[in-house]
Amino acid sequence: MRELSLHILDIAENSVSAGASKIEISVNENLNKDELIIKITDNGKGMSAEKMKNLADPFITSRTTRKVGLGIPFLKAAAEACEGSFEIRSEIGVGTEVEVHFRHSHIDRMPLGDLKSTWLNLLVGYPYVHWVLDYAVNINTYRLDDQPIKEILIGIPLSDPQVIGYLKNEIANGFDSVINIKS
Amino acid sequence: MNAIKSLDDLKKIREEALAKRKVTETSGATQVIVGMGTCGIAAGARETMKAVLEYIEAKNLPNIVVTQTGCIGLCEQEPILQVVMSEKEKVTYGKVSPEVVKTIMENHVEKGEVVEGHVIPMQG
Repeated sequence: MRELSLHILDIAENSVSAGASKIEISVNENLNKDELIIKITDNGKGMSAEKMKNLADPFITSRTTRKVGLGIPFLKAAAEACEGSFEIRSEIGVGTEVEVHFRHSHIDRMPLGDLKSTWLNLLVGYPYVHWVLDYAVNINTYRLDDQPIKEILIGIPLSDPQVIGYLKNEIANGFDSVINIKS
Repeated sequence: MNAIKSLDDLKKIREEALAKRKVTETSGATQVIVGMGTCGIAAGARETMKAVLEYIEAKNLPNIVVTQTGCIGLCEQEPILQVVMSEKEKVTYGKVSPEVVKTIMENHVEKGEVVEGHVIPMQG
């Protein structure tokens, strides 16, 4: 995977498989501190200490469809390749939090990539999850909490053509508002 | 201020969508499912999903429910896309690039004709 936004999609997928009903993702480009921080917090079923120990081992996985799990080892390696860190905290019955730090200006840091498409994918693809998506540059934050949107749309799928247009527009405006202040 | 205006827009969208649905109610919704496990994502599933949503938006197709799913164990066939039409068996397509999405949407989702060349043969 060549974009951090694809890794985010992948880690969020883990949260969905863990049965999470609420998933918060925050992406923070702190240029003053030369840091890029990604945090994914879910209220899924959580993991035991023993399972956590083996997480970075690609040959230990909860998946049943094949015997190798590569999502987390890949992301951990990507962070460690650029003076970053990878941390995961989990509690059974409470949820899991993944926190990844990168040095923003490191030459080996993967680009963030098309984060807007990742946001749209998650919102539309998993409509039963309550998503809280934050994108920040320094102290300017754009938050997309999908609860108010879904309350209005009851009975209409998020893949309705006009809703897709609305969501794309909403996300694009949100990102613009944060990025414009940056320049 | 922007947020309130845009939520009002959303109410309008909902009313229009509900009105449209009454007209097409007899046909039932078509489901399009995109595989989004690590294998799918690495093979380009996000672009596949994007192409599906863009097609629906461009052609203004109502009554299609698009969702994602994890790995279904056919990693070498990713990106995978499944189409479920009411009362018909689920059809699983493999190696679905954005180009192939167009063909599937046009023929299968819009006209109900399965695109045989891209179907993954299912054992058992």
